[in-house]
Amino acid sequence: MIRRAGIALAITLFGLMFAGLVLHHVERRTLPPLGKRYVELVPQELGAANVVTGILLTYRGFDTLGEVAVLFMVAAGVGLVLDKRGRRNEGQRRGTRSPPRQASEIVRTGAQILLPLLAIFAAYIIMHGHLSAGGGFQGGAVLASGLVLSLFADPQQRLDQRFLSRTESAAGVLFVLVGVAGLLFAGGFLDSRVLPLGQFGAFFSAGSIPVLSVLLGIKVGCELSVIIDRFRT
Amino acid sequence: MISTVVLTTGLTLLLIGLWGILRHRNILRIVIAFSLIGTGTHIVIVAIGYVENGTAAIIDRGLSAAEAPMRAVDPIPSALTVTAIVIGLAVTAIMLAFAIRLYEAKKTLSIDAFTESKW
Repeated sequence: MIRRAGIALAITLFGLMFAGLVLHHVERRTLPPLGKRYVELVPQELGAANVVTGILLTYRGFDTLGEVAVLFMVAAGVGLVLDKRGRRNEGQRRGTRSPPRQASEIVRTGAQILLPLLAIFAAYIIMHGHLSAGGGFQGGAVLASGLVLSLFADPQQRLDQRFLSRTESAAGVLFVLVGVAGLLFAGGFLDSRVLPLGQFGAFFSAGSIPVLSVLLGIKVGCELSVIIDRFRT
Repeated sequence: MISTVVLTTGLTLLLIGLWGILRHRNILRIVIAFSLIGTGTHIVIVAIGYVENGTAAIIDRGLSAAEAPMRAVDPIPSALTVTAIVIGLAVTAIMLAFAIRLYEAKKTLSIDAFTESKW
């Protein structure tokens, strides 16, 4: 009873606080100075149509690198927590468990049709990160969702962990190398102007942003795949 | 107007998540509540970046580079949200991994079974 009252009190107080936030919220009419500067600079300096991608991969590219490192650490951390050798009652559990059920025909056929489409869609999202809504993280997530579908269709299949981790490391090393190239040949670490900017809005434009996008997409896709695979028993 | 609606939605989700964490005893439900709080926060961040009658900060036929500073929404909260979504996913993955281990230890997902570190 006391607990319930405590919860109700806490929620009410938070609700009052949030209500105050909402009531005093005034919708912006103009961009704040920093946002305005980015909106002006990204098309001008970087030649990227998508301002958010320009910020993520160049002006705050270092943040993105750290974020990918976080994903990598999560993959490692989940592997550590769910380490199969460390489990005590592994054999006992396996003994009592019935053999996994086959996926239904609908799922298997659907996966066959959808998987190529998902792969193309992921590649499209990754490659158009500098032109329209999209980018490495989003495309990588679509790639990993395709992997989930294929795991649903065939639960028995084994993933080549070594291939995934090697691809991921290679993409990470190349990402840093492109960053260092920015340090040597342009304004600073991860500066995308190491490659020609090209024509604004064209497929090959915006310097090294599409390259970074692809590397990021591969890396995120591999990392998410590893995380998903670790959750399978 | 729009941003107020979105802000209210986000804060409501936050409240629901908070209530879920305090109210539920099942670890999986608590993980879901954490995700709700995360999602609510993302919505709040995006709502803060909205500019009246603004559109996405993508330069194309509908939004020329010259008029973008007047009509685009603030791109920084959007960029922050992309970061926050990835970190939210990472936190959820770690929480679920711990939930699996906790279940293996006590064969239950009720938080009441784990009293060792309670003071």
